Amino acid sequence: MMGLREWLRYGVPQLWLSAAAVTACMLMTLGLIGLVGYKGLAHFVPRAVVAFNYPGAEGPRLAGEFVAHERVPRSRVPDAAGDADPIQRSLLRRGNREYVAQEFVWTQDAAIHNLEYPHDIMVLERREWGRLYGYLRGYAAQAEQPFTTAFSHAELQRELQHSSALRQRIDNIERGSMGRINAALERLRIERRRLERRGESATRLDAQQQALHSEFAVLSTRLQTLYAGLRAPRLLLALADDREVQVPLANIVRAYQPNALDLVGQTALYLERLWEFLSAEPREANTGGGVFPAIFGTVLLVLIMSIIVTPFGVITALFLHEYAGHGVLTRLVRISVNNLAGVPSVVYGVFGLGFFVYFVGGHLDRVLFPHMLPTPVFGTPGLLWSALTLALLTVPVVVVATEEGLTRVPQAMREGSLALGATQAETLWYIVLPAVLPAILTGLILAVARAAGEVAPLMLVGVVKLAPALPVDGSYPFLHLERKFMHLGFHIYDVGFQSPNAESTRPLLYATAFLLVLLIIALNLTAIRIRNTLQRRYGTRSE
Amino acid sequence: MSRLLHRRRRYMDTAVRVVVSVGGVGIILSVALIFVFLVVMVYPLFRPATVQLSATYPVPGPTTASLGYILDEHQRVGVRIDAEGTATLFAPATGREYRRYPAAAPAQVHSFALGEAASRVYGLGFGEGTAVLVRAEFSVSYPQGRMQVRGALHYPLGAEPLRVDPAGQALTRLAVQLDEDRAGILAWTADGRLLLLQLSLAENGAGELEIEEQRLHTLYTGPPAALTRLALEPRLWNAFAAHADGSVHYYDIAADPPQLVQAVPVVSPGAHITAMRLLSGGVSLLVGDSTGQVAQWAPVQEPHKTLARLRVFAAQSGPVEALAVEYYRKGFMVAAGGVATLYSATANRQLYSMSLAAPLRALHFAPRADAVLYEDSRANVHLARIHNPHPEFSLAAVWKSIWYEGRNRPARVWQSSSASDDFEPKFGLAPLAFGTLKAALYAMLFAIPLAVFGAAYTAYFMHPSLRALVKPSIEIMEALPTVILGFLAGIWFAPLVERNLPGILGMVIVLPLLVLAVAALWPAWRRNPTGREVVWLIPVLVAGGMLSLWLGNGIEAAFFDDNLPLWLYNELGIRYEQRNSLVVGIAMGFAVIPTIFSVSEDAIYGVPRHLASGSLALGASQWQTLLRLVLLTASPGILSAIMIGMGRAVGETMIVIMATGNTPIIDLNIFQGFRAMSANIAVEMPEAEVNSTHYRILFMAALLLFIVTFAFNTLAEAIRRRLRYQYSRL
Repeated sequence: MMGLREWLRYGVPQLWLSAAAVTACMLMTLGLIGLVGYKGLAHFVPRAVVAFNYPGAEGPRLAGEFVAHERVPRSRVPDAAGDADPIQRSLLRRGNREYVAQEFVWTQDAAIHNLEYPHDIMVLERREWGRLYGYLRGYAAQAEQPFTTAFSHAELQRELQHSSALRQRIDNIERGSMGRINAALERLRIERRRLERRGESATRLDAQQQALHSEFAVLSTRLQTLYAGLRAPRLLLALADDREVQVPLANIVRAYQPNALDLVGQTALYLERLWEFLSAEPREANTGGGVFPAIFGTVLLVLIMSIIVTPFGVITALFLHEYAGHGVLTRLVRISVNNLAGVPSVVYGVFGLGFFVYFVGGHLDRVLFPHMLPTPVFGTPGLLWSALTLALLTVPVVVVATEEGLTRVPQAMREGSLALGATQAETLWYIVLPAVLPAILTGLILAVARAAGEVAPLMLVGVVKLAPALPVDGSYPFLHLERKFMHLGFHIYDVGFQSPNAESTRPLLYATAFLLVLLIIALNLTAIRIRNTLQRRYGTRSE
Repeated sequence: MSRLLHRRRRYMDTAVRVVVSVGGVGIILSVALIFVFLVVMVYPLFRPATVQLSATYPVPGPTTASLGYILDEHQRVGVRIDAEGTATLFAPATGREYRRYPAAAPAQVHSFALGEAASRVYGLGFGEGTAVLVRAEFSVSYPQGRMQVRGALHYPLGAEPLRVDPAGQALTRLAVQLDEDRAGILAWTADGRLLLLQLSLAENGAGELEIEEQRLHTLYTGPPAALTRLALEPRLWNAFAAHADGSVHYYDIAADPPQLVQAVPVVSPGAHITAMRLLSGGVSLLVGDSTGQVAQWAPVQEPHKTLARLRVFAAQSGPVEALAVEYYRKGFMVAAGGVATLYSATANRQLYSMSLAAPLRALHFAPRADAVLYEDSRANVHLARIHNPHPEFSLAAVWKSIWYEGRNRPARVWQSSSASDDFEPKFGLAPLAFGTLKAALYAMLFAIPLAVFGAAYTAYFMHPSLRALVKPSIEIMEALPTVILGFLAGIWFAPLVERNLPGILGMVIVLPLLVLAVAALWPAWRRNPTGREVVWLIPVLVAGGMLSLWLGNGIEAAFFDDNLPLWLYNELGIRYEQRNSLVVGIAMGFAVIPTIFSVSEDAIYGVPRHLASGSLALGASQWQTLLRLVLLTASPGILSAIMIGMGRAVGETMIVIMATGNTPIIDLNIFQGFRAMSANIAVEMPEAEVNSTHYRILFMAALLLFIVTFAFNTLAEAIRRRLRYQYSRL
């Protein structure tokens, strides 16, 4: 055996501790991604619904899903049942928000009796009031009609399909035809104001307006009949404590009997809910439904930002590397551009708000939209300003990556081209740029990855918790750069920290977070692969 | 043909050169614009106020002496009250008289008092022990799109004077206040009694105020010349009386019966009080004396109820002649020794001073504090326009301790907004800067050891195949959006830490011990490092973490009543917040580890191999070589890595918003939260009124962050460049 001193001199413990540091970093990263992924994906799994007898204020019979289990010391539970220490307790989600005091309750396992998994218990995912757990008792197709008790689950599914088709038609009218009429009316109104400002008569617009109004009235009556048909059917359900409640069919998004589902049914439900998450709009102040507008907003933002940042970044890099010479000034500029990447993103947000929104936007409004004042068009946070702010934020990333690429292009290639009589511009276009393209791509992907995850600047220059309309729609000019938009990252912040209903939204947030993480990891891995290929290629060529 | 082509090619070449150069320079300039723009936005804070005389005219109305003036919001109508009780409405810009309201009662006016400026109420005291309250009312209308302001006088408690003194003595000094449901009249009678009349008011069906109940108290009796000035707090909580001996008596009139709290000498011996006014909001009292000193006094509650001197303003060149206060802000103007000086009370800042041609008889601010009206002894009225957008700001007010109204001692406070109008904004950036540094400190404590040693191992010992795996993982770690780190820290990690505090803290001891144990027991420890230790340590660390949590729970149950956070508070008085600096430190540490790791790893990996080979050949162990040679050579690079990480920690926003309670306190306690500058900007900026002081101070915070991080990064970059140069010569 060696002595302690030699052990230390060899640095065995220090070495192992250093290795442990790396392991810890890896474990934290993987653990974090794993945690988000697990919690996010588990959200869509249909859980078994339990019903049991429970003494105390919430009882006598409860039904719902267990969402968490924990063991707590007896001292922390005010009215501990049994005599075990620590106490095992479970968090029950019992839904039925409008009928009970608390949607989530802690139940002590020792006090639970007659626990069963009722085959016929039904989960309703609703447009309002969240989930409902209950037993199907009857159905009425018309408002005054009595409930027919012979109503199977299959029939319910058929009615639901019918109801959702009806809703689809209503949606088409409201967003399609009516939206178009509203947009046309708005244009007329602005046109009228513009004419009045110039002192001209606006009577020639009257006929047009009249026609639009009558068209609108026709649609409204049709909508009313559709709505009447949608709202009439009702379900009769019995809650766990035998109370009978009525639920309008129109309020139901989805109904299923989780305990009766087989594996195929569960998988189908899982996929259906996953698809809803990706494709639907949020419900109930972002606490349910999907995140489609946020995905759309994030992607569109990043797209516009890329269109702005690529030429800017590439031109700057070309200038710095090919044209600007190698003086002290160039070096200083290069260092400064590099360091801008380290400036906190919130500072860019402040700049974007002060300069783009209030200064540039305010002046644009005065010049281009004087008839809209005092309502701001561009003088308020919006998509364009967010994209510009993020472009400014990510320009250094593109510049650095492109310059790195330019450095890797062997000087001999340029000289060869010039020696054959090409001008500098031709050399740049035919020789240098093609070679540096992958580097530009790497920079762009890194820029996109950074932009997709940024939230702080967006809070100042254009993101909102709930946008009334997507920035792209069917009315002219189709892409609305002045609109506010939703964003995955901000969605997480806003719903996670401002939402009144934290417990039931949390799984949704994990899912959103996982989506964002996946997106960013995918982008980064792509960038890393392109860069590695690049390094290999030029690594061999320049030697 | 070919010449044409040649020309076109040359033309193209020049065009590209011009486009790229202009574009490149343009983009670089526009990036530089960020800095310029921030500076431009901050600059107005530092500009002094300007005052410009805009009109001079003879006193409008009767030739009797003036008692006081009132102006409307838009400076369209002024009201002058004179010694006969006549009120004259006039145009402040020209002096043109609009209308006269003769005194309601044909009694001789013995005293006059203005109520809280924003209420536009004044009172007149008469010879028979009666007084009347008058309110100037202004209505704004827009006939044909042009603004028109009409003024009128109104007697809120009726035109019939109220009997204040049942003995019928003349009221020689007066203070009045009218609130929504109560009114107060404080009066000094000719025979030396200080009377307080408190009225409870209710609105009748016609929308007029009626007196429901009145109470009269005698607060003090003395010789007729004993009292010189009175002041009444607008909510009728406090009353102040200035005595001829240079003291102020401070009464608590919310108590029943009202009581004298304290008699405080407020001027130096021999001097006497020449002016006394309440600042807007009515909390603090400005006292000017015959030596030219102006001081601000306010009631404090601790250690006991007393009148405290918050601050003294720079001495004037003569006795204080007149004192005027702004309607809504804590600004005031002093006229003394032929000079009028504009001050901000909170910032204790002298904003402007102008010389006066003659002594002043009256001085009054316009409601928006954008003009001041004054009457001199030659019976001329002057209107001077004031441009004073940011009086609350001074470098001292932002960084030093300030004694704010209603506080018991000077403190560094950030409290930018409140519901009430006459609120005193507190723009102390110190707590925010402290919060930022606190977050950065704990983050660096967590990140530096992990990142630097991890980087050393990765660069120097790790097997290349593993390294090819670890490097991209670290890059992924760097790319993880901070909003997700903040979310997890706030929602998942903070409750976890609260439940398992001993276990989490214990990991700092348990994990290294376990690793050391493995190192000691490792059979082949004498051989050179394999570079795969990282893999073997995965189960060790996982098990260690669980062990620590398990042990922690046991220890908590055994020694800390099963609840360490509660125990800390009960036994040691250490407060525990769920979202605290420990949570932020770990979450933000996680965010800066990859930055420090990558840059240090580059620096260490770049150390030329032959140096290490030489050292090993001379018999040094691998570790000795790493520590004494490689790390030493690379130390500037590691330093720059730490600086870059520090820069990132200082500016990070989402983690600090989501993982702390965002309360701006100065407290190093690791179990307490804080409010960081960046978080403060993100939260308050969208709500700040454009171009207000608050808005510009937020810009200043952003500029500060910009400069600090830019400086850190530039220094780091300079060090790295030097290092690279040195490596190339080794």
